[in-house]
Amino acid sequence: MSLQADDVKNIAHLARVAIDDADIPDYAKNLSKILDFVDQLNQADTDGIEPMAHPLDMAQRLRVDEVTEENQREKLQAVAPKVEAGLFLVPKVIE
Amino acid sequence: MYKKTLAQLSAALQAKEVSSVEMTQEFLARAKKFNESTNAYITITEDLALKQAQEADAMIAAGNGQALTGIPLAHKDIFCTDGYKTSCGSKMLDNFIAPYNATVIEKFNAAGAVTLGKANMDEFAMGSSNENSFYGAVKNPWDLSCVPGGSSGGSAAVVAARMAAAATGTDTGGSIRQPASFCGISGIKPTYGRVSRYGMIAYASSLDQGGPMAQSAEDLALMLEVMAGFDPKDSTSAEKDVPQYSATLDNSLEGVKIGLPKEYFEEGLDAEVAKVIDAAIEEYKKLGAEFVEISLPNTHLSVPAYYVVAPAECSSNLSRFDGARFGHRCEDPKDLEDMYKRSRGEGFGEEVKRRILIGAYALSAGYYDAYYLKAQRTRRLISDDFKKAFADVDLILGPTSPTTAFGIGAKTDDPITMYMSDIYTIAVNLAGIPAMSIPAGMAQGKPVGLQLMGNYFDESKLLNAAHKYQQVTDWHQQMPEGF
Repeated sequence: MSLQADDVKNIAHLARVAIDDADIPDYAKNLSKILDFVDQLNQADTDGIEPMAHPLDMAQRLRVDEVTEENQREKLQAVAPKVEAGLFLVPKVIE
Repeated sequence: MYKKTLAQLSAALQAKEVSSVEMTQEFLARAKKFNESTNAYITITEDLALKQAQEADAMIAAGNGQALTGIPLAHKDIFCTDGYKTSCGSKMLDNFIAPYNATVIEKFNAAGAVTLGKANMDEFAMGSSNENSFYGAVKNPWDLSCVPGGSSGGSAAVVAARMAAAATGTDTGGSIRQPASFCGISGIKPTYGRVSRYGMIAYASSLDQGGPMAQSAEDLALMLEVMAGFDPKDSTSAEKDVPQYSATLDNSLEGVKIGLPKEYFEEGLDAEVAKVIDAAIEEYKKLGAEFVEISLPNTHLSVPAYYVVAPAECSSNLSRFDGARFGHRCEDPKDLEDMYKRSRGEGFGEEVKRRILIGAYALSAGYYDAYYLKAQRTRRLISDDFKKAFADVDLILGPTSPTTAFGIGAKTDDPITMYMSDIYTIAVNLAGIPAMSIPAGMAQGKPVGLQLMGNYFDESKLLNAAHKYQQVTDWHQQMPEGF
């Protein structure tokens, strides 16, 4: 599987990661190498094999629906890049 | 004092031959001194360490001391530590002061252990050499021109150079065992779900598992007794009681059946490393163990399966780093998308970005079945190999890594070459079984690790087998020169 520059740009957009244009050829080369490498999986006969998502094959544990966390807004927002009046500030989304 | 094992240090504290403050000061001095040459710590938490040491001395004086009370430890910088920087080796979290404790940290705090500092690591635990840290490569104390392994390379170097009594690590594809092997120390990756993942920054959630790294199997047993256990805050935590691992260390190995997987002794294994493993097998025979050759036929597919499953999970897990609520945010974002893209582009290092992109690709429309589902099906084949093997044997033995520690920069040009250094460790994570690495000899003047693998929740048997070997050998007591 060989990725072209446009493929890399598209994947980087999907993942919301900015990549410098100058670095795109390197990413294309290395990502293609990795995809070629994982193509070995095609040697495996996996017909009828159930996909394994989790080592313990356990069911999702549920908990009682009760309040267990206390409000720690100030403590948690102390590490935020920008807050105002208890809200996280981000660039304007709606004009 | 610093040469003593954790178990010996614990006995000295309980007998009041030394105080935790004295012990902590000695290790702090070593940590600061040798950090210059090894770069093993990202942060040394001196104020916290001394405060905890005083509290530990009070606990011991009041007769409330436990095995870990007053013991100075290093924690991999992946475990959130309330009030202290928890960087995960990334520029993304360089400004992140954790607002809460990981469950593992809570448990050590409750046991009265002392936190000396936060150990260096590959960024977001992605790497096999510790060269992917934003804070620079860690140097292997046995040879400063070599890597310590990764991703828990800082933790391994800290223990090897006796800059702490023991350390915590995490293992997603070999990140405890491979650095333990490269640095001549002992380390165990417990069964998936045995140690809580709460507050342990996530890389690949169906593979990640925390565990201890120390000089001896006995030390690991004492550490794991504190770390392990059910945690309602971790949705995949195992609801199982924790055995007293230290109580069964001396069990006889007479008649214990150990499997030798032929795939772990084929081409690619360094001849000198193979010799060391053969010598260890002879020691185990003297201890009464019986050996049989077994096959784990899908071993060669484990690295390719891992490099779909782990990147897929990482691309999802690391989507939380978006510049909005914590972590790095780019300067003057022009809109929301620009903020996401530039914050992530600037905050993540190259290998992390590669894995995010591979994962995003493998999960994207049209490729999900071909990559992700295919890898998950292959994962079951790999896991079934172990299930079949453990129907016949108690333990599986082999090398931890095909080589000893390699030179800094030797494998940075080609990601695949680097990935292959985990060929013997990755299958264990895909299956979720426990495994450990213990020092078993030297090759090219550098330590060689012996890997023991066990069935689900059979940590007791692993630690028992490792301890018996360490009773008749002294590889785990050897230290690099100059420290």
